[in-house]
Amino acid sequence: MTIRHKVLIIDDEPQIRRLINAALSRANYATVEAENARDALEKLRTERPDVSLLDLGLPDRDGLELVPLFKQKSDTTLIIVSARDATEEKVAALDLGADDYLTKPFDTDELLARVRVVLRNRMTKGGGVPSVRAGNVEVDLLNHVVRKAGQEVHLTPKEYAVLAQLAQFPGRVITHGQIMKEVWPKEHEHHVEYLRVLIRTLRQKLEDDPQRPQIIGNELGIGYRLRFSSELTDG
Amino acid sequence: MNDSDKRPSPESFLRAAAQEGRGRLKLFLGAAPGVGKTYEMLSDGMRRLKSGVDVVVGVVETHGRRETEALIAGHEVIPRRQIDHAGISLGEMDLDAILERQPQLALVDELAHSNAPGSRHPKRYQDVEELLDAGIDVYSTINIQHIESLNDVVASFTHVRVRETVPDSILETAEIEVVDILPDELIERLKEGKVYIPAEATRALSHFFSKSNLTALRELALRRAAQAIDTQMLDYVRAHALAGSFAVGERVVVAVSEQPSAPGLVRAAKRLADALKAPWTAVHIETRRAQAFSDEERKALADTLALASRLGAATASIPAENVVEGLRSFAADAHATQIVIGKSSRSWWFELRHGSVVDRLVRDIGSVAVHVLPSDDDLAPPRSGHSTRAAWGKPADYLWSALTIAAMTAAGRLLLEVIDLGNIALLYLVPVMFAAATYGLRAGLFAGLVSSLAYNFFFLPPTGTLTVNNPENVISILVLLGVAIVTSQFAARVRGQADLAQSSARQNAALAGFSRQLTSAASQDDLIQAICAEIARLLDVRTVMLLPSDSGPALRAAYPPDDRLQELERAAAQWAMNNAQPAGRGSSTLTASDWLFHPLRTQRGVLGVLGLARDDAREPLRSDQTPLLMSLLDQAAIALDRMALEEEMQGARQIHERDRLRSALLSSVSHDLRTPLTTIMSAAQELRKQQPSALLDTIEGEAQRLNRFVANLLDMARVEAGALPMRIEPTDLFDAVASAIGDTRQSLVNHEVRIDIPSDIPLVRVDPVLLHHCLINLLDNAGRYGEPDTPVTISGKQVADAILLSVIDEGPGIPVGAETRVFDTFTRLEGSDRVKHGTGLGLAIVKGFAEAMGLGVDASTNSEPRGACFTLRIPEHLIISDFPGEPLS
Repeated sequence: MTIRHKVLIIDDEPQIRRLINAALSRANYATVEAENARDALEKLRTERPDVSLLDLGLPDRDGLELVPLFKQKSDTTLIIVSARDATEEKVAALDLGADDYLTKPFDTDELLARVRVVLRNRMTKGGGVPSVRAGNVEVDLLNHVVRKAGQEVHLTPKEYAVLAQLAQFPGRVITHGQIMKEVWPKEHEHHVEYLRVLIRTLRQKLEDDPQRPQIIGNELGIGYRLRFSSELTDG
Repeated sequence: MNDSDKRPSPESFLRAAAQEGRGRLKLFLGAAPGVGKTYEMLSDGMRRLKSGVDVVVGVVETHGRRETEALIAGHEVIPRRQIDHAGISLGEMDLDAILERQPQLALVDELAHSNAPGSRHPKRYQDVEELLDAGIDVYSTINIQHIESLNDVVASFTHVRVRETVPDSILETAEIEVVDILPDELIERLKEGKVYIPAEATRALSHFFSKSNLTALRELALRRAAQAIDTQMLDYVRAHALAGSFAVGERVVVAVSEQPSAPGLVRAAKRLADALKAPWTAVHIETRRAQAFSDEERKALADTLALASRLGAATASIPAENVVEGLRSFAADAHATQIVIGKSSRSWWFELRHGSVVDRLVRDIGSVAVHVLPSDDDLAPPRSGHSTRAAWGKPADYLWSALTIAAMTAAGRLLLEVIDLGNIALLYLVPVMFAAATYGLRAGLFAGLVSSLAYNFFFLPPTGTLTVNNPENVISILVLLGVAIVTSQFAARVRGQADLAQSSARQNAALAGFSRQLTSAASQDDLIQAICAEIARLLDVRTVMLLPSDSGPALRAAYPPDDRLQELERAAAQWAMNNAQPAGRGSSTLTASDWLFHPLRTQRGVLGVLGLARDDAREPLRSDQTPLLMSLLDQAAIALDRMALEEEMQGARQIHERDRLRSALLSSVSHDLRTPLTTIMSAAQELRKQQPSALLDTIEGEAQRLNRFVANLLDMARVEAGALPMRIEPTDLFDAVASAIGDTRQSLVNHEVRIDIPSDIPLVRVDPVLLHHCLINLLDNAGRYGEPDTPVTISGKQVADAILLSVIDEGPGIPVGAETRVFDTFTRLEGSDRVKHGTGLGLAIVKGFAEAMGLGVDASTNSEPRGACFTLRIPEHLIISDFPGEPLS
């Protein structure tokens, strides 16, 4: 990996910043720190980070307000790292444009994995990935074909549409609202039960053990993510 | 009649309301035994049975008639209860058995029957009342001679008196079907032996069944039925505010006044009403004249109304512009057929100008008979001097009038040099108009007369005499008198209007002051005290206020403050509160009480009752004060209602504020505890990656344990605050189970987790995060108590009315009797001390979260293999069995 990605760490607690800094440095990322919202917006402008890790409980401004500002002022990829665990806040942050959400206390390995995922999505953004592999399932986005262990799987158009949405941003959580808006007509946008049933049939078609899903992961009350394996873009 | 007169009367509504929930009574009324009432009742019952109504026969006397027995055969018959009396066993209707059976309709023959001694009620109609109260409809039969009010009448022409009677009131709410056959036919049936007659009565009854008797009885039955229908019709008309006259029977209205002849009028009306067997009403039409009543006149009026009330009349006091208009609209409202009025004792002169009340009433009132009774002057005590003086005015009035005339005469003498003799007459207009306008008609006429005399004497030639030479001057005198009459009329009218305006201004001022006092009250107690004090002051009475409480009406305020109530008064207050009607002295209920209680009504019901009394034990309220009291009570009720609403809102605000503070505290605690934990855990992880060490594992493990403990404490705090934020959404149980298993990997390292849920289990409506927490705690618990290397099973199955989601371990299970206790906060079961990591909160959180979502929780011990089984019960209404449309493809 030749490019050193730059990560902006925004948290008012110095210990947390120090800790994240240590983990990121170990994984060879360049880091910048900010302790409040004003500082963060300044660093965003001057340092142009690739990824920003944002704590929602900042002393001078609510972190949720910063989410749209960040998206508007820069092309940084935004991961929320917060002690707030209310489902509403997570959904709100994601719907406002955050790319992922991590609740404190977190596993540093999990944090690094999330950073890797968003960076990968960032690199393939716009161009469109030709295909995504998750476990033994391959989603060929160019030809609209899904294969499991090399065998083509027949999906209904809606099933494919949902799967393709998840595959567009592999590893990233897509909220129910985001999926429903893309796939269902407006009058059914709020009927999460349709999505639930559809995901269940998708799992029955794609998962080895549909009761312990490994491919389509669930974020309770928030959305779904495709748990992709890394060999595709690396390999 | 204007629109407000057409409003349904409150009594109609109350009666209609009392009917609801009560069973309905249908009476098969016959003129005599043998007309076929029982047969008709049974056939009707059979028709209802066939249309799906749950009908039972409470008691029916067949008297061995085959057709009747055939009809009974189709019904369910409640067996009679045997009562031993003086060695004879009597079969009586088993009331308790019917009440327990709870049919929709019970058939009970012979309503007038007297029960055997030792029964609950002496009379069968009382049993029927109890059935009706229990919401059971009843069909029953009765003969006309058993109706109490007609008992005498029947006896008078049949010479057979029956002892078993039923009060008329029971007919008033009943639907009545007259079972009617022609007298000849009945006599025929009698001859054929088809009519059952007790042996001992045969002789008497042979006379009873004469054709003339039967004809009379038949007519009586038909009329009584018509009258009952009429009463019900009136209620219906009132409740539905239909205008127009529906009266089938007679209805008498007597107009009473303060005059001494009024009591005689009331007695005459009573005689008329009795003769017609008609209900009657005594009404006082309150015109503006009533405001000038003296105390004696008021008392006379109140006594007359009280007399009418004692004699069985309904009484009313109706404000109106004039007597004719008031009486006319009241008569229309009450559907009166007969009006009784007294002959006016006014002078022929008054009647010449105004037309007599009688004439106008007869002209205006249309189809109603008007009875005019002479006033009984001999019995009347002499009229009080007060009213005489009021009409004639005070001597000073005449003196003043004379003085102005004298002054004018003097002025005229002086001016005679300058003005014409004819114009001098104009000067006299001044004293005439002054006297007429100021002192009224008689003083005006007096002034006119004196003026013309003075003009004649002092000015008209020949001066110094009262002779008139010139006929033109006669005209001058007549003009002066005419002016006096006209002016005094106008002035009197203006004065009357001013009086009326003044009195309504006084009333408005009183009301405005009252409402000001009420708005300034800061608490309910202040308000109640203010209501008592203000009403006491405005009406010059003593007041108390009672509000409902768990133990009946509670005295909450009094003015003067030391008032206490006796048992009787409490009963009256209770009655007023329960029935939303006035009770106590001066009302129609519990009149022995010294106090009069009025309910404070709003849309939300009766908020309280206000009691009024006078020190000298007079009637608490003058009749003319009633409208003011009603307005005051309305305002008081509105103010009380408003106060109650404000207090409710205040309470809601406080709860909201408390919840806001609590959730702010919780999120702050959660943040402050989690930040250091995050640091400790992550730091240990980082260090371990650089250099693995058992001590670092311990740090991380303990930090995680602490983290779980903090999370549980916060969750428990939320449960106990009753303020769990919830996001109920359609949830796939597989999602919840999969993420719970993912999050408890560490607790379950020694166990294999099995999932035993059918793949087509329906979605459920829960908060996925809370359900996840429940499962985590249950899995955590299973991991701790299950024997190592045994499986932990998550089982889901759909039963008849629920989905059962269970977490099952293989271990010691739950001690017998502790199945509910395990869900208590900080409960640890025996032996659990040996097991590490228990916080004692996990299961309490499961219970709190589950119940918040509407799920049931249950713990039990399985025997084979032994282990604990915790079950979440997701009730039917939270299961999404199917949803409309299928937009999946």
